[in-house]
Amino acid sequence: MLVEALALSALLFTIGVVGVLTRRNAIIIFMCVELMLNAVNLSFVALSKLYGAAGQVFVVFTMAVAAAEAAVGLAIIIAIFRHQRTVNLQNINLLKG
Amino acid sequence: MQANQFHSLAYAFGFYFFGLLALASAIAFVTRKNTVAAAMWLVNVMFALAALYVMLDAQFIAAMQVLVYTGAIMVVFLFVIMLLNLGHPSELADARGKWGYLLALLVGLAMLAEVMALNRSRTIEKMIPPDLAARAAEAAATPMAGGIIGPVAAPLFKEYLLAFELTSVLLLAAIVGAVVLGKRRTDAR
Repeated sequence: MLVEALALSALLFTIGVVGVLTRRNAIIIFMCVELMLNAVNLSFVALSKLYGAAGQVFVVFTMAVAAAEAAVGLAIIIAIFRHQRTVNLQNINLLKG
Repeated sequence: MQANQFHSLAYAFGFYFFGLLALASAIAFVTRKNTVAAAMWLVNVMFALAALYVMLDAQFIAAMQVLVYTGAIMVVFLFVIMLLNLGHPSELADARGKWGYLLALLVGLAMLAEVMALNRSRTIEKMIPPDLAARAAEAAATPMAGGIIGPVAAPLFKEYLLAFELTSVLLLAAIVGAVVLGKRRTDAR
């Protein structure tokens, strides 16, 4: 089942990348990043069957980082929304020049 | 032998079922126009992944997945979607144009090709140590110290203790940052 788990992890990561590249809603892009983190977690867990439980420890750290990232990122999205009244990234082009 | 065979068949069925469920939910997630629907599909992906974690003998991680990801992070996402009232139609048509799709297609195809190449070259099979089955049988025979959580907790509080403590600093910084960023400015000056 290891090969299947790693293939599923790669596919989920790819779907996350495609979501980031094709969507413009900042919250959806953010959720795609979470999907990518989940895909990596699946690889960690699958490989921890081979290389001991340290992989699962890294998953715990990844979850902590994901939680911190979600808190700060959503606060940034709220701050942007307050200024621009939108979360559509096409309308947020301050740095485009 | 008969029971063992049935067990492995049921295991494979469950594994493929939850794997395909996760894959289908992920595809539904990136294609939904409605933000709330997308979030609910992502919750479905995370539940399916939790089931896969149980099947991969990572019960503690599965519990954390349900509690932290689906229970906390996704609730925060839904809360922000509700707070910003993102249901109106002007926000719904949000897909990028032709070039975005082309780029995404290329990246997706490249990553799929990598997976296929990895699978073809049998790199993963070579990574599996030859005594894996013996080791697994031995691990199953000897009762684990501390049950299911013991094997995860021991390295977490021994080898990775510094990283664990630094995680608390990271979470504190995240809390302070979120409060500062989310606070409404009251510019008296």
